[in-house]
Amino acid sequence: MSRYVIKRLLYMIPVLLGVAFLVFTILSLTPGDPGTIILGITADPEDIAALNAEFGYDQPFLIRFFNYIKDIVLHFDLGNSYQSRQPVIDDIMARFPNTLTLAVLSMAVSSIIGISLGIFSAVRQYSVADHICVVVALVFASIPGFWLGLMLLLLFSLRLGWLPSFGASSLKHFILPTLTVSMTSAAGLLRLTRSAMLETIRQEYIRTAKAKGASGRRIIWKHALRNALLPVVTTLGTSFGASLGGAIIAETVFAMPGMGTLITTAIRQKDIPMVMGATLFLAVLFSLVILVVDILYAFIDPRIRVKYQNGGKKRG
Amino acid sequence: MAREKEKRNSQAAEIWRRFRKNRTAVIGLVILILIVGMALFADLIVPYSKCIEQVGADRLQGPSLEHFFGTDELGRDLFARVVHGSRYSLFIGVATSLMALVIGAILGASAGYFGGMVDNIICRIVDIFLCVPPILLSLAVVAALGSNMQNLIIAITVSCIPGNVRLIRSVVLTVAEQEYVEAAKSYGTSNARIIFRYVLPNAMGPIIVNTTMAISDMILSAAGLSFIGMGIQPPSPEWGALLSNAQTYLFSAPYMLVFPGIFIVLSSLAFNLVGDGLTDALDPKLKD
Repeated sequence: MSRYVIKRLLYMIPVLLGVAFLVFTILSLTPGDPGTIILGITADPEDIAALNAEFGYDQPFLIRFFNYIKDIVLHFDLGNSYQSRQPVIDDIMARFPNTLTLAVLSMAVSSIIGISLGIFSAVRQYSVADHICVVVALVFASIPGFWLGLMLLLLFSLRLGWLPSFGASSLKHFILPTLTVSMTSAAGLLRLTRSAMLETIRQEYIRTAKAKGASGRRIIWKHALRNALLPVVTTLGTSFGASLGGAIIAETVFAMPGMGTLITTAIRQKDIPMVMGATLFLAVLFSLVILVVDILYAFIDPRIRVKYQNGGKKRG
Repeated sequence: MAREKEKRNSQAAEIWRRFRKNRTAVIGLVILILIVGMALFADLIVPYSKCIEQVGADRLQGPSLEHFFGTDELGRDLFARVVHGSRYSLFIGVATSLMALVIGAILGASAGYFGGMVDNIICRIVDIFLCVPPILLSLAVVAALGSNMQNLIIAITVSCIPGNVRLIRSVVLTVAEQEYVEAAKSYGTSNARIIFRYVLPNAMGPIIVNTTMAISDMILSAAGLSFIGMGIQPPSPEWGALLSNAQTYLFSAPYMLVFPGIFIVLSSLAFNLVGDGLTDALDPKLKD
């Protein structure tokens, strides 16, 4: 097992480098150099050149990438903003807690709602309640999060005045954004849990349990659920990514100072180091979450554990 | 040849028979036809000039017989804007999904079919792409290239490809092990022919379903990116851009928010319902 964990951790190094290279390459496609972007095309070419040198832009692409990675690894430095000329990591650290809170809260809420309703729906397959769950889940999966957010804002903040409409200063500020983000992912989780559960119920060991005379409830809780939740666990990483993405858009709706608003503002100001730093930061976080979920999964699922105990065979 | 055609027809008929039995799927199909019709015949429903015509006296008017969906802050008719906006959302949804499908199919099928080194390289690259949440990938592309319709399409397609590669690879892996592929190989059929003639057609079911559902996701992504100002820019009447604009008038003109949103939901829902119906109709084995 430790072999598997070590292997996964080691594999993470090239993946993270790859992610950094991907983000760096995409954002390096931006036309123009920092000097021209900051000072404008009409500025003195010498000033532009000086500024380019300040940002290390006089170096070739691969050297720039190498320096970028070196600064991150050695000093946890993601470069300086074109706008403020201050380290972008400061802005990121100031905003990140809000986005993380929102993403984690949303994931918790969507998992509770999605998984429990999914089980409920599967256990009562073809009942009226099941049909309602399935249709409502489909409708929610089709609602853009930001529109749901705006509608909630309209109702609870502007009409009823119960909840604040913008900012992130108290937990109360997180209620509407959390609802906004979690409803879409809850819908997906419901569908997934339901089909996993239905598939498990049809397995032979469930039939065996039934044949042995185990009660319906015992079969569901003891035999079916544990197996059905395995595929759900694997998607938790992706679902965290979805919550992160949802949070980025929801922040705009609720004018919340988070990573999403940070990135969109930076894009508008052509502040490429900021976009790069923030994107890379979130991507690395997301990769680490996927890694943790994968490792957890191996702990939960005895089949994978066994597979890696004897020398470790590669997964397809 | 004639026999093959007949067989194909009967297969289509069988799929259609199964699809028809699913009431929600049929509702989805009806909504879909209506929305596609609206996009195709937008000019017949309401002339485009109504989208841009600014009537000073009619600013921020609520829905009425004259303006079904009300008017915006410049006195433009929102019904006309929503009707013409359908062209953007549908076009982007379909175009991005199809492009992502073609690229995903080429890469995924090669990875699954050839295995070994090719598979390894493609999979490692996909792993890297999958480590960046789709919206971040789209935002990075928009940041680099600038925000307009063409770049929005590139941004969304890029974010959709890795998932497709993975799906198609796994489907192809299953199909490639079948005996008829083995048989074709033993005749000395070329790889390209085997992939396009035998493997991909037999892997079509999950791919069609996935693409249908992807259109729905792409419509939502495009609207979301336009909403945060990173996609199609006003004054284009794209639905996400309409909503972005409506946000300013949340209190005085909430109807501006309601109608474009309903149309986004309806079109996304239609593709989801049809996709769901196709899942059952194309492969009865998968039915829960």
